[in-house]
Amino acid sequence: MPAFLSLSEAVRDNLHDGDTVAFEGFTHLIPHAAAHEAIRQGFKDLTLVRMTPDLVYDQMVGMGMAKKLIFSYAGNPGVGLLRRVRDAIENGWPNRPEIEEHSHAAMANAYEAGASGLPLAVFRGYKGADLAKVNPNIRSITCPFTGEELAAIPSVRPDVTFVHAQKANKAGDVLVEGIIGIQKEAVLAARRAVVTVEEIVDDFSDVHPNACVLPHWTIKAIAVVPGGAHPSYAHGYYDRDNASYLAWDKIAADRDAFRAWMEENVLNATPETFATRVANLRKAS
Amino acid sequence: MSDLGFTPDEMMTVAAARALGNEDVCFVGIGAPSAACNVARLTHAPDITLIYESGTIGTKPSVLPLSIGDGELCETATTTVSVPEMFRYWLQGGRITIGFLGAAQLDRFGNINTTVIGDYEHPKTRLPGGGGAPEIASSCGEIFITMKQSKRGLVEKIDFFTSFGHGTGGDDREKLGITTKGPTLLITDLAIWKPDPVTKEFTVVSLHKGVTRDQVQETCGWTVKFADTLEETPEPTEEELKTLRDLKARTAAAHGQTGEAA
Repeated sequence: MPAFLSLSEAVRDNLHDGDTVAFEGFTHLIPHAAAHEAIRQGFKDLTLVRMTPDLVYDQMVGMGMAKKLIFSYAGNPGVGLLRRVRDAIENGWPNRPEIEEHSHAAMANAYEAGASGLPLAVFRGYKGADLAKVNPNIRSITCPFTGEELAAIPSVRPDVTFVHAQKANKAGDVLVEGIIGIQKEAVLAARRAVVTVEEIVDDFSDVHPNACVLPHWTIKAIAVVPGGAHPSYAHGYYDRDNASYLAWDKIAADRDAFRAWMEENVLNATPETFATRVANLRKAS
Repeated sequence: MSDLGFTPDEMMTVAAARALGNEDVCFVGIGAPSAACNVARLTHAPDITLIYESGTIGTKPSVLPLSIGDGELCETATTTVSVPEMFRYWLQGGRITIGFLGAAQLDRFGNINTTVIGDYEHPKTRLPGGGGAPEIASSCGEIFITMKQSKRGLVEKIDFFTSFGHGTGGDDREKLGITTKGPTLLITDLAIWKPDPVTKEFTVVSLHKGVTRDQVQETCGWTVKFADTLEETPEPTEEELKTLRDLKARTAAAHGQTGEAA
């Protein structure tokens, strides 16, 4: 049975300086509120894992929390580059995190291997790709049956994974719907999993028998944060705030503008503000 | 807009759309490829299967997604699978006939860089990286590339091999054990290019209406090869242009909405 906690308690109890942590969400259900809470609590020396480290990792890197990044696409989806991540990698501001870069196929396989309890992921990939030359964790393995050379990388096993989901029931089971991305694998690959949800319902008697449900005993803590994925979205609850992604490009382009935005919208904000941010994005019912 | 009644960008998208058919199962990159794939679906190829790497299979969005995981992709899809399943069963499993990619830098053999400009360890510009592209480039049946021409984009030598095309040409793919065709088509705002059957170097086979050989050369970082018989790309039809412009207008309206309550 997971603990039903406030977001600040859930983060404080489960994240520590120096942890390897995944705040996952493949465009959808990105746990922005949990990441902002981690920023407020000021963690340091984190190894941040994520396939698509968009705005939240731009923010965490810009605040100097990252010792290392493990990722496969460091962009603002559909908009362009991550300007804080760029400043960190190109100019070392505020620090220069180590980077371990992969492809999506590699990261997806590595999470799945982590969830499967395997030490490595094996797949057909990286053929002719220069990443294999700059990332020593990209190696190869020979199939013992066919002799085919395949790519091998270590599995991903975060100390803690944070995800956002639509709902939990009173027992603490969690339902993920829509673009389920890598949510299930990221939870099952981690030692501890913390989930923020839009709401808690009595039971899941009305869900499809094949729905993506994470049983309560796979989760350490649940916090209710309506709007907690904003500016990402929660399928069935509110739409993606594309305008915010476009606006971020300008905010993140300048160090002072970035710091000012973080002060106002993260450091001096609370999880409750997320509900306001999605008010106009909820589907008319 | 030029006096032709369409822009080079519109010509590029329409020409790219025409390369797709009803039977295709297409892995769609964001940006120009996404526009082309949806114009194809809304004109001559209504049954085309469009797949975005977020796991949406057979999606039919009414506006162009800003990201590869916008909600409408899922709402209109035949099915939505997890990301590991997408890359393992569908891409690696060989179910996808065409991968449609864009590029920051491209060389004459269809090798793509979207990782860094400059040195990897100390980049001049850190780009987003490969995402799904390295394996899209090797696992899809063939690869179409679409991008605007510029000397910064079409370069003699790319700074980083994010996605392998034809390497240094010839049978480089086979030598690496890659069994798929790789880049078979490049559509720019000025021309249509296809690889030479032997050397695999991209060769201009068709100029868009009103475009000269000099214009193609001036916006390309390598010495351009032209086919012996050079065709003229048929200009966009009224239906194609209307479909594209309506799609762009719907998209602009949809992405302009703001989140904050008033």
